[in-house]
Amino acid sequence: MRMWAQSHLCQKPRHATSVLAAAFVFFFLLLSTSQPANALPAFARKYGLRCSACHESWPMLNFFGQKFKDNGYQLMNDRDAPIWQNPGYWPVTFRITPIWHRVSTNQVATDQSPTGAQKVTTTGFDLSGLDFHTGGTLEKNFSFYVLPSSDPTASFHFETVMARLDNIKDSSWFNVKLGKYELDNLLSEKRILTLTANGGIYQLYHFIPQNDHNIFGQMGDNQLGLELMGHSYNDRTRYSVSLLSSNDGQVGLPYGEESYSTFITGSQAFDAGRLGVDRVGFYVMAGEAATYYLTSGGMPIGGSGTQNKGYSREGFVGQFYFGDHFDVTVITQHGEDNAWFGQGYGDPIDYPNAVCNTPTGTQSCNNTPGTQLIAGARNPTWNGILVEPHYVVSPQMIVLGRYETMRMSQQSTPGTPSNFGNISTYTLGYRYNPFMTSRAGMAYHAEYNWWHQDGTAPIAGTNLTQSELLFGIDFDF
Amino acid sequence: MARRRIRSPALTSISRVLIMNSVKTMRFTSVILFTAIVGLLAVSAFIPRASAQDEPVVGPKGPVVIKPMVSHIGNVTGHAESEQAKSDYRRYCAGCHGNYGDGTGENAVWIDPKPRDFTIATFKCRSTPTGTLPTDEDLFNTIARGLDNSNMPPWNTFSKQQRADLVAYIKIFSPRWEKEKAGTPISIPPEPPVTLQSISHGQALFAKLECWKCHGTHGEGNGPSASTLTDSQDNPIRPYNFAAGGDDSRFKCGKTNQDIYKIFMTGLDGTPMPSFADVIQPNDAWDLVHFLRTLQVHRHSKENDVLLAAHGVIPPYVDKSAPQSAAPANNNKAAGGGQ
Repeated sequence: MRMWAQSHLCQKPRHATSVLAAAFVFFFLLLSTSQPANALPAFARKYGLRCSACHESWPMLNFFGQKFKDNGYQLMNDRDAPIWQNPGYWPVTFRITPIWHRVSTNQVATDQSPTGAQKVTTTGFDLSGLDFHTGGTLEKNFSFYVLPSSDPTASFHFETVMARLDNIKDSSWFNVKLGKYELDNLLSEKRILTLTANGGIYQLYHFIPQNDHNIFGQMGDNQLGLELMGHSYNDRTRYSVSLLSSNDGQVGLPYGEESYSTFITGSQAFDAGRLGVDRVGFYVMAGEAATYYLTSGGMPIGGSGTQNKGYSREGFVGQFYFGDHFDVTVITQHGEDNAWFGQGYGDPIDYPNAVCNTPTGTQSCNNTPGTQLIAGARNPTWNGILVEPHYVVSPQMIVLGRYETMRMSQQSTPGTPSNFGNISTYTLGYRYNPFMTSRAGMAYHAEYNWWHQDGTAPIAGTNLTQSELLFGIDFDF
Repeated sequence: MARRRIRSPALTSISRVLIMNSVKTMRFTSVILFTAIVGLLAVSAFIPRASAQDEPVVGPKGPVVIKPMVSHIGNVTGHAESEQAKSDYRRYCAGCHGNYGDGTGENAVWIDPKPRDFTIATFKCRSTPTGTLPTDEDLFNTIARGLDNSNMPPWNTFSKQQRADLVAYIKIFSPRWEKEKAGTPISIPPEPPVTLQSISHGQALFAKLECWKCHGTHGEGNGPSASTLTDSQDNPIRPYNFAAGGDDSRFKCGKTNQDIYKIFMTGLDGTPMPSFADVIQPNDAWDLVHFLRTLQVHRHSKENDVLLAAHGVIPPYVDKSAPQSAAPANNNKAAGGGQ
């Protein structure tokens, strides 16, 4: 029955879908002109500031919001300690986004296609995951953040759990954070302005070469560790140093016995007069992770990993404002993984059945004593750039774009096409906040993303392309 | 927004499509999609509501008239008519101070003390004599410093140009800025050394000038008149509690001794705190500053160090030329800096 219905649906006249699309667009525009409403997120409620005070466009922070965060969610006045709040105040905000989206993939392996793969396009109403944010101060200069987060099916995990000692010895240069937290990326992925599957992340923060099983260098994932962070009084100068477990933020010590990484950032902002305040900085993520695991019944034993191998990610960040409305953020990256990762070693949890090539044949991807890499195996390296311009029409509306490209500069396996796994993606969208108060955040969201990867389509040697059109109402309260 | 780890976006999305098991191949024409995207972006960019909050929803008030006011901060000139000023005022200020600068933003009802009403152009933190307009630099500094004991945070992440533009912008709300010039900043003589004698004299002045009536004999903001105080708009107002806070405690208009000096030589206009410029001499004012510092019992200061060296006891000040004050018996408890 379902098959028939789908088949029947596909045969509907084209003008029917046109009408549907037109109706949807009209409905969305109608929403865009609706009347203001009021509501209340946690920090704005606490301090009586509009969302726009801290957010260039919610949820992306502006410099004032960044300083507030750097101070441990404190304005550094006498209203910071919770004792000043009404006893009934509980700093909780939730966020979710009902959406309609259309997702199209140019090649999906199917049983029905004579070539083995075909284009698949689907549309429909959907939901994002749900976030419950609670954070703020336990006392002056003692802050916290807890974020239980779910996927769209309401399967929860702890996205963020951290406690922070702020302004140690009355110095803004010394703040210590412990727990699971977002790395100190100047362009925060957790505050990204886009929502599509491929546009809703920064590719540059998650890029892994094809067949590489080093999952531990993803700067966009919240990590478990300890962070020392400092900044000048007005936040013009910032630095942070994190010591992280090489487990990509997964609890329970599932990977190496003693595998650690570091993430270091530094930046300096400049008063550029009429242009605004501009910032330049750098980041380095370097560490090592296990490639050999003890096994039981052939299955890897969590936490037993040894034979650490190294990896690194480094680049520059620039946030440039050009007057009243326009700004652009640029991030570069050079990445390198050890050849063992490039050959498929490193993550037995997510790839328990992975098979790696060796000079004597294939074996499971476990670097047991005596294992050798194939001849000529090299460290995979790559370069990437992210450019994200914003046009702030007014404090209530922002139009944004993004271009990202990741280019392999050296494949791990000799003979691999030089562009195998390269990614290019474009994103265009806008967010319009129909109201602007200190009570809630809400945005009409429209976005289009186009994503392309070389050589990874099901039909060998062809490219994979996806596109997604998304409309939604993003809100928090 | 929190997301699960996405190793390969392409594969993840494909998996999602397959798992849904409801694959459809609705064929939207690219023309429709292109039209929808471009149309949405284009039309929405010109939605008049993007600036609609500049307009009153109800009532007789018309649109805000932006006059060509300027401010001068060193070599930076701020312009009220700049797009940045208008945008920044809406983004950062209007929530409390209101779209019309009258202190009736949507947060005003919830916060205490109430936001400044720019339409009357009365400002607490000035370097100018009481009753006069502040200098541009006074306002510029207030924006960056914030106002302690209020909801006004330090906006020190702004560029100088942003702050200068905002100083110019808030002038559009009051005709005073068109009719009057800013007052001439008072001169602040060099601070004399802190001595036990200067603290003692300051304590006597504290009694003589009846500061204790509002601030309390121990400076805790609980004097007999404290509960009756209102500002010039009849909003209840609390006198400053010197004893609260530690090393980070600040006065409303700054944290240096010069800032305290300015406060009682210029007064906090719009509040019951008067100017004492006509009552005491500069050196007397410095003595009062030294004594007030000792009321900040949890704050490390040179005044408290001097008092500590004297075992926390302020010797009585004897001034045979002045009558004894009517202050309640003090027995030195107010000077708790050494405790």
